[in-house]
Amino acid sequence: MDVRKIANLAHLEITDDEVALYTPQMADIVKYVEQLNELDTDSVEPMLGGLTVEGASTDTMRMDEPRGSFTPEEALGEAPSGVAGHFQVPKVL
Amino acid sequence: MKEGWEAVIGMEIHAQLATATKIFCGCAVETGGEPNSNTCPVCLGLPGALPVLNENVIELGARAALALGLEVQGTSIFARKNYFYPDLPKGYQISQYDKPFSANGTLTIMTSERDASGHATEWKPMNIHIQRMHLEEDAGKNVHEGLPDVDKYSYVDLNRAGTPLGEIVTSPDFRTSWQAYDYVNHVRRALQWVGASDADMEKGNLRCEANVSVRKIGETDFNNKVELKNLNSVRFMQKAIEFEIERQIAAHEADEPVAQETRLWDEKNNQTRVMRSKEDAHDYRYFPEPDLQPLKVTPDFVENVKARMPELPDVMRDRFMETYQLSYSDASQLVGDRSFAEYYETVARISANPKLAANWILGEFTRELNSSGKTADESLTTAEDLAELVITVEAGKINNNQAKEVFAEMFATGKPAAKVIEEKGFEQISDTSAIERIVDDVIASSEANVAAYRGGNDKLFGFFVGQVMKASQGKANPKVVNDILRHRLVG
Ligand SMILES: [Zn+2]
Repeated sequence: MDVRKIANLAHLEITDDEVALYTPQMADIVKYVEQLNELDTDSVEPMLGGLTVEGASTDTMRMDEPRGSFTPEEALGEAPSGVAGHFQVPKVL
Repeated sequence: MKEGWEAVIGMEIHAQLATATKIFCGCAVETGGEPNSNTCPVCLGLPGALPVLNENVIELGARAALALGLEVQGTSIFARKNYFYPDLPKGYQISQYDKPFSANGTLTIMTSERDASGHATEWKPMNIHIQRMHLEEDAGKNVHEGLPDVDKYSYVDLNRAGTPLGEIVTSPDFRTSWQAYDYVNHVRRALQWVGASDADMEKGNLRCEANVSVRKIGETDFNNKVELKNLNSVRFMQKAIEFEIERQIAAHEADEPVAQETRLWDEKNNQTRVMRSKEDAHDYRYFPEPDLQPLKVTPDFVENVKARMPELPDVMRDRFMETYQLSYSDASQLVGDRSFAEYYETVARISANPKLAANWILGEFTRELNSSGKTADESLTTAEDLAELVITVEAGKINNNQAKEVFAEMFATGKPAAKVIEEKGFEQISDTSAIERIVDDVIASSEANVAAYRGGNDKLFGFFVGQVMKASQGKANPKVVNDILRHRLVG
C-alpha cells in the first residue's frame, strides 16, 4: 500500500510516523471491503445512485432551459478571496 | 518527412455541444458574460449540490456520434476524474471512463498531401477509426489579463465550468500532419452540419490535441509519444505536428531520447516546447459517479434522432456529382457548409440548370458572400431569386456582364432579378417581329449602303448591326438581329 502516493494525490502532507501508522490501518480497511469480492456479481447490473428511499428511480434528466444563476457577488460570497469578479487563488501556470 | 520514417498520430477533439444550458445545472452557456455570472451551487461545487443531466446533451451527443459513424451505446456511465486545479471546483470532473456514450466508429474522410505552396495534390478517401466519443463537463477558466498581482495570483472565472463537451478520440491512424488537418476539418464541418456544435476553434468550442510519435517504416512497435496542446487553429495544429515529427526523427537519428511528455505550440517561435513531463503524470482514480444514474439510450431514441438528421455532407456531395453531373471539386465546395449546399440545391432545382447554377453559386454568389462576410442563409437574395436570374441568363435575355451587374444590385438590396433588370433597362428585345420592324426601317433608310452590300461589300454588315442596335437603344438581342439582317439583306 503506497500511502505516501495516495496522500500526494489528495494533496495531504503526512509524516513518516503517520505513514507507519496508516499503512496497516489502510490495508485492514481494503481487506475488509474486499470480502465483497467473494460474491459472484457477474450477472448483476451495477447499481449507481439516484434511487429514492423506496428504491424507485428518481428523475434523472432536465429540459435544456436556463434557470436563475447566482450574481457574481453571490458566487464569490463564500470564497476566501474574490477580486474584480474573480476567485483569486495562488498562482498556477 | 525524412525518407524511411513514418509518423503515428492519434487525435483527441473536445467539442462543445450547442446547448442553451450547462450539462448538469440550469446555468446558461454563454460567452462574453460578466465573470462568474453564470454559476450556481452545482457548477461551483458547493457541498450537497447534485447534478441533473440536461436531456439536450443526449440529443446533440447522439447527433454528433451519428455524424461521425459512432455507435451510441445502450448504457453509458458517468465517472469522476479526480485531480486538483483551481478551475475545477469539485476536485473532480464528471466524465465517462470505461463505458462511454458512443464507441467504435469508422469515418471516411477525404485527404490530400499539399505541395510547397499549400495546394492539395490529390484527394483520396481514408478510413479513420474513432474509438469513442464520451460526454463530460468543461472546467472553468484561469484568467490573468488585466488583473492585479498576476505574478503572485491566478484568477478563476467559472462561467465555463459545467459546459457540455463531447471528447472524440481516434486510434493512432494518421501518418501525416495533413491527414490530421483534413480529419479535424471533416469533424468540424460534420458537427456544425448536424447542429451538434458550433465547432469554432477560435472561440474555443472545438479544441484539439494530437499524440505524435515516429518510427522507422516497417516497425510495428510504438516509440514514446508526445501530446501536443494549445493548438488554437487547425493550421497551427498541422504546423505543430510537422515540427514535432521532424524534431523526433532528428532525436532518434542522433540517438537522443524522446521523452513521453506534453508539449505546447509556441506560435511566436514556430516550435513546440515542454509543458510537463509524464513523470508527474496524473493518476485520475476514476470511479463511477454516485450522484448520476447510468445513462440508458434506447435504439428507438437513436432511430428517432437519425430520422431528424439532415443528409450528411459526403452523401450530399456524392449525390450532387451523380445527379447534377458536377465535378468532385465543385461538389465538394458546394457542401462546404449546410446552408450554402441547400441554397445551391434550390437554385439548381428551380432553374433546372444545375451546372449554370453551380457556376453562379461558386462564382458571383461566393464572391459577394466573402466580401460581405455573410453566410448563405443571411443573403438578402433568396435562392428562388437567384434561380430566376439564372433562368433569365440561360434564355439569353441579358448578357453575362449585365447579369453580374444585376446580381450585385440584387445581393446589395434584396430586390428580385426582374425588378433590377427593369430598373437598369437591361431587358433585351428578343421578340422577332419587333426586331424585324427595326431592321426594315434601317434597310429602307440606307438605300446606298444596301446596294453596296449586295454588290459585295461584306464589311458593311457591321454598319447595319450598329444601326439596328442604335435604333433599339441597345436592347435588341444581337443574335436575333444578326439572323434577321442576314436574311433580309440577301434581298
Ligand atoms: Zn450552474
